[in-house]
Amino acid sequence: MSSLSRDDVANLARLARIEMSDQELDNLTSEFGVILNAVARVQEVATTDVPATSHPLALTNIFRKDLVIPSLTPEEALSGAPASEEQRFRVPQILGEEA
Amino acid sequence: MIKNSAAEMAESLASGATTSVALTQAHLDQISKVDGKVHAFLHVDSQGALEQAAQVDAARSRGEKLGPLAGVPLALKDVLVQKGVPTTCGSKILEGWRPPYDATVVTNLKNAGVVILGKTNMDEFAMGSSTENSAYGPTHNPWDLTRIPGGSGGGSAAALAAFEAPLAIGTDTGGSIRQPAAVTGTVGVKPTYGGVSRYGLVAFSSSLDQAGPCARTVLDTALLHEVIAGFDPRDSTSINAPVPQVVAAAKNGDVKAMKIGVVKELNGDGYQAGVRQRFEESLELLAKAGAEIVEVSAPNFEYALAAYYLIAPSECSSNLARFDAMRYGIRVGDSDGASAESVMNLTREVGFGREVKRRILLGTYALSSGYYDAYYGSAQKVRTLITQDFNNAFEKCDVMVSPTCPTTAFKIGEKANDPLAMYLNDIATIPVNMAGIGGMSLPCGVAPEDGLPVGFQIMSPVMQDQRMYSVGAALEAALLSQWGAPLLSQAPSLGGAA
Repeated sequence: MSSLSRDDVANLARLARIEMSDQELDNLTSEFGVILNAVARVQEVATTDVPATSHPLALTNIFRKDLVIPSLTPEEALSGAPASEEQRFRVPQILGEEA
Repeated sequence: MIKNSAAEMAESLASGATTSVALTQAHLDQISKVDGKVHAFLHVDSQGALEQAAQVDAARSRGEKLGPLAGVPLALKDVLVQKGVPTTCGSKILEGWRPPYDATVVTNLKNAGVVILGKTNMDEFAMGSSTENSAYGPTHNPWDLTRIPGGSGGGSAAALAAFEAPLAIGTDTGGSIRQPAAVTGTVGVKPTYGGVSRYGLVAFSSSLDQAGPCARTVLDTALLHEVIAGFDPRDSTSINAPVPQVVAAAKNGDVKAMKIGVVKELNGDGYQAGVRQRFEESLELLAKAGAEIVEVSAPNFEYALAAYYLIAPSECSSNLARFDAMRYGIRVGDSDGASAESVMNLTREVGFGREVKRRILLGTYALSSGYYDAYYGSAQKVRTLITQDFNNAFEKCDVMVSPTCPTTAFKIGEKANDPLAMYLNDIATIPVNMAGIGGMSLPCGVAPEDGLPVGFQIMSPVMQDQRMYSVGAALEAALLSQWGAPLLSQAPSLGGAA
């Protein structure tokens, strides 16, 4: 259960949107074997009667009044954009086919 | 002047013995003298700091009422955004980015008149225990420049130890404030989760991340704690309750009738002899100061590290999805006809370092269909068991204590190719984050075998942060009377100002 093939790691990289060299995939595949064996220890005590904790605080939804408050100007919001046009983020082609 | 505590500096400012501009300039001078060796800073904002200092001086001369740290300089970890000042999180992917807004911690600092000198080095996106994972090169430990200053907040801790700043801000997801404090002979506190706003703290693992104060004394840490803490409507996990009275506790330092629980599982095998020796001696000092020392057991702590390295990567794989090359940060491969997906893939390949990629993939795996229950789900159950261990132990004691780290600072490069060995540094600090409670590390001496600082960890229940300050102040006072001078006076000179 806690071993991954090189193809598995390549698939994870694809899902995570990270291009990886063959060398990186090789390294990660061997490292993952070791790391997964170590972290799989959680299964020793995680029995069905133990409830899960996702967060340290008992959280409830918090709402605020629907008021207009000062926020970033379009110039500020776009100030870090790699590319922008007409007060919008300019992004590369999203759909596979040409428009 | 720069070797004084922040509280002493604040006194000199209040009495008119010095000005914030002079104090700020003295620290900027120290940075130019020693930071070539230490590399604590990624960006020094000399102009902004001097302007801020001049404003505080002007306000003081007008007779305005100022906060207790007004005019005292501070080093800010580069994971908190400051408007107009480069913020990289130690990553290439954010190179050149200047945030358009201030984190709430930064707003609180500015409102209190604390002068921000610049941004400090860190492991990329706070993932690491040595600051070696910074895309901009490692920080060096002022005690021994060939050794790591801890991580992820190694820059902030090293800046304190090298007298480049008397105050610093860190963030702690699994020990990133406390472990650097331990290995540099400084003080660091991870407040109760929700005690300090996370608004403007670039998220790594949202259910674990907590910003906190770092300094060279317990009182300075407390003064900074009260400046940055408090409810923030912009952080939905912020606790809407009064800030614990940590300054009063640090000034009082009374541990009489307090029960101090020594965690049986966080000692023994795997802990360096000198670390254990200094820890045991500190327990004796606390007993002499009137505390009752008891042993407590936390049997599930041994699973904390495994659970952490599932929960933190899982949350990071989700949080770091925002670095998509579309709205800020670098963009790679945006040539004619390139798809958005290919630009994302190439940007994230170039922009992220090895450890960040490793954790994103690990988290992607732990959250994937078919493995979720076995990994992420099981880790969440361990989180429940660890919290139960704390709750049970706190029925028998007021605070819990342990060594902060199993060893003193190791050599740069020594563990860089062994992720598991690196992860073991955090074995004693991680349980605190899992339960969301408070934790402090303060120096308790140097290990006889290597002359390097040892950290003493104090853990207090949710929103009882003042307890760790009481114990920390008591221990600090007892140690100081033994040493005759602060521990950092034993560190080698870096050639800066006295």
